[in-house]
Amino acid sequence: MQVEEKKEFTPLIVAFCCNWCSYAGADLAGSNRLNYPANVKIIRVPCSCRVNPLFILRAFQRGADGVIMCGCHPGDCHYTTGNYYARRRMTTLFSMLDYLGIEKERTRVEWVSAAEGVKFAATMKDFAETIQKLGENRKLRDLRCEK
Amino acid sequence: MLNTKISKEDLERISGVNTRKCMKCGKCSATCPNFDAMDYHPHQFIDMVDKGNIAPLLESKAIWTCLSCMACLQRCPRSVEPAKLIEAVRLAVVRQQGENRLAAEDIPELLDEDLPQQAIVSAFRKYKK
Amino acid sequence: MQRIGVFVCWCGTNIAATVDVAKVAETLKSEPGVVFATDYQYMCSASGQEIIKNAIKEHNLTGVVICSCSPRMHEATFRKTVQAAGINPYMLEIANIREQCSWIHKDKEEATEKAIILGRAAIAKVHLNAPLTSMESPVVKRALVIGGGIAGIQTALDIADAGFEVDIVEKQPTIGGKMAQLDKTFPTLDCAACILTPKMVDAGSNDKVNLYTYCEVDKVEGFVGNFKVTIKQKPRYVDATKCTGCGECTTKCPSRKNPNEFNMGFDNRGAVYIPFAQAVPKVATIDPDDCIYMKTGKCGLCAKVCTAGAINYEQKEEFITKEYGAIVVATGYNQIKPTEFEEYGYNNYKDVVTSLEFERLMNAAGPTGGHLLRPSNGKEPKKIVFVQCVGSRGQSCRDKSYCSKICCMYTAKHAMLVKDHYPDVDVTVFYIDVRTPGKNFDEFYRRAVEEFGVHYIKGMVGKVEEEDGVLKVQASDLLANAQIHMDADMVVLAAAIEPDKSARPLATMLTASMDTNDFFTEAHAKLRPVESPTAGIFLSGTCQGPKDIPETVSQASACAAKVIGLLAKDHLLCNPCVAHSNETLCNGCSTCANVCPYGAITYEDRLVMDKGVRETRRIAVVNEAVCQGCGACTVTCPSGAMDLKGFANRQIMAEVDAICR
Repeated sequence: MQVEEKKEFTPLIVAFCCNWCSYAGADLAGSNRLNYPANVKIIRVPCSCRVNPLFILRAFQRGADGVIMCGCHPGDCHYTTGNYYARRRMTTLFSMLDYLGIEKERTRVEWVSAAEGVKFAATMKDFAETIQKLGENRKLRDLRCEK
Repeated sequence: MLNTKISKEDLERISGVNTRKCMKCGKCSATCPNFDAMDYHPHQFIDMVDKGNIAPLLESKAIWTCLSCMACLQRCPRSVEPAKLIEAVRLAVVRQQGENRLAAEDIPELLDEDLPQQAIVSAFRKYKK
Repeated sequence: MQRIGVFVCWCGTNIAATVDVAKVAETLKSEPGVVFATDYQYMCSASGQEIIKNAIKEHNLTGVVICSCSPRMHEATFRKTVQAAGINPYMLEIANIREQCSWIHKDKEEATEKAIILGRAAIAKVHLNAPLTSMESPVVKRALVIGGGIAGIQTALDIADAGFEVDIVEKQPTIGGKMAQLDKTFPTLDCAACILTPKMVDAGSNDKVNLYTYCEVDKVEGFVGNFKVTIKQKPRYVDATKCTGCGECTTKCPSRKNPNEFNMGFDNRGAVYIPFAQAVPKVATIDPDDCIYMKTGKCGLCAKVCTAGAINYEQKEEFITKEYGAIVVATGYNQIKPTEFEEYGYNNYKDVVTSLEFERLMNAAGPTGGHLLRPSNGKEPKKIVFVQCVGSRGQSCRDKSYCSKICCMYTAKHAMLVKDHYPDVDVTVFYIDVRTPGKNFDEFYRRAVEEFGVHYIKGMVGKVEEEDGVLKVQASDLLANAQIHMDADMVVLAAAIEPDKSARPLATMLTASMDTNDFFTEAHAKLRPVESPTAGIFLSGTCQGPKDIPETVSQASACAAKVIGLLAKDHLLCNPCVAHSNETLCNGCSTCANVCPYGAITYEDRLVMDKGVRETRRIAVVNEAVCQGCGACTVTCPSGAMDLKGFANRQIMAEVDAICR
């Protein structure tokens, strides 16, 4: 029997950030030189309510190990109510994903304001560590995409 | 002979205090009810540990005269908590000496009506093995 | 197939030090559709922009990807650049390889790899970009200023000066704000009332300025250029159009035991009152909680003495709805009550006061007529202790984390004024740091020490206790390494300042963002300090952060300049990234209209050709001038008919794919 050599696992994390709060928070983390893992990749959306559950499913399908969605704090949404819709949608989606076998820890919703650079970096660091511990995600993965 | 090799890092680890957080306002020494009986004062503990000047603190009277009343800890606006650092210095010394500085039976005659209860309890903690 | 050009910016060493920019450009060149890729020191500079323009023309580019700083920084700059070279400004995408890559990573290999992936995502998105054109919307040429303190007054007067109408909403019965309560102002020591009241009168008499006092903002709808605001007029129980401000009712009112807010509760006022003599508008207001007639139905003395017949106990609250092009927030600050700092004894001893209270005790129009007397016994104090940084610059739960900025200077002012009026009074100031950055500020502080003999001691006060009517102060003197015990007749606490409580709900109404301390956030900390990130919302004064009067006034005027710039335009270009519905997919279910926060979606019966069948269907139609492009409707649409231009489902999906590749 052949023993496969184990490569060190670096998780792939997709972060959806709303333009007005969290993306600005990420920018602030950047200008304050607050380090967080490089495997976190940010996608900018106008508002957290723009995040279609399909995007998250697509990310898992294409090989993401964790997906985090960040928006303005409840009550502070630039579009008044967008993050409330997002929160409901994600609660439903995440419980469905949990049912499908994608652990609850692999998905997260965080509220990060434009002034919370420190929180942004800390959140991303913590999330990346959590995913690192959970290991690779195989569920939902489209095997045809793999090389 | 005391081991003077106790480092700033040791003390910070024992106490959980980050001396860098101090903004040197002096609130701790302003609050201290036993200031006059201490040869080194709460704000000096933070400052001296921060600078690595620890040997004089190990030899000081202050670690035994600190009442451990925690007033400095309570009032510190930056949550530096000097009382914990003083406790750490004291512990560092107590662990090395391994002897009682005061016999339990000596304590009743030292009792003072005006002494706060907390000071008596902390005296037991300091002096009892 | 798009013809895409990739431009990688070094940003000096900001990017180039941690990202191998040449490698990024080289690797991205092999992406499908990329026909040109290069790197340059500063893409945003004139020569950098020239490179982009030339490449667009030379290589006949249809899409551009710039790997540089955050799009929040230079997206607008680069959109203009590509437009100047003849392609649609929305055919541009920016990969943020500075804030999200070079600045946060140290390992060059790791950072380069991430930069390449971010570049790929942007390229994948550009492939699906479509040219977008902005709609125009008209601008209502009127501004609303919320808050009638010195900041609000200054902003309003400057806007009015430019010829635009401006309304001030003030929740108190008079404009003037905190500055009206102050005695003298540092560093020149001119009297606050002397410089403020003429401005209040100006605001009251200017044709272009409309005062809504004793009013609150109830509801805000709309968007930049077209806000619709509902203002709640609280009942004064006095007809403001009839009241002459003679003050007869205020002297006759038999309900006399109501603490006078203007004098910080040091004296009492009637239930019907005019806050102070120079109030604008000078109109009486009845406090229904204090009024005997309101509570028992018996009295009515004020109505009897009012020769103008202005008293109206039946007045109800009214709602006024008006349209505005711009909204200015000038909600100001309050000084905290240091009740949680039990070591200073503010709760227990009358002679321990906050500096704003002290201000009233020193004021010629104050409760003591400007004669400094101890609140406990009405005698002159001989020793006064000032304590700075009470509740500021701390990390514990009772402290504010920030420096309140004004305390060092007003404490020096108080100390100096006391020494000036009563040279034999002993004045001691306990400080942590004395912060005096400002024109003539440090000179002012030094004068207090050198000329007036104020004692400055570095250290804090740990305990204040009263014994036989004397305050015993225990404090540290850090330079002498000593603990000192001194007597004092009064202790003045320089308590922290915090944003007004009304600011948080207002921010929610305006959808303007705030920081964790409830100060409004500016659009850019350095380059756009008087604008909120929300278009059309501007910030004036201390609602944005602690400020002294000179700074507040300059910010207020800067804010006015920005508002004038907006109101001077006849039309605004709307954001073209708006929702639109695909008429062949829409089934007219109304789900999207229910989630739209702007009411931008309506329904129309339209003739639709679908797979060769022609029929009339109920279709969702988006009003592009009203839609703000949040995308709530796109996700909620069950048939997938709604999509957002610029952030289309396929575009975001392509980004996800590129990142996960």
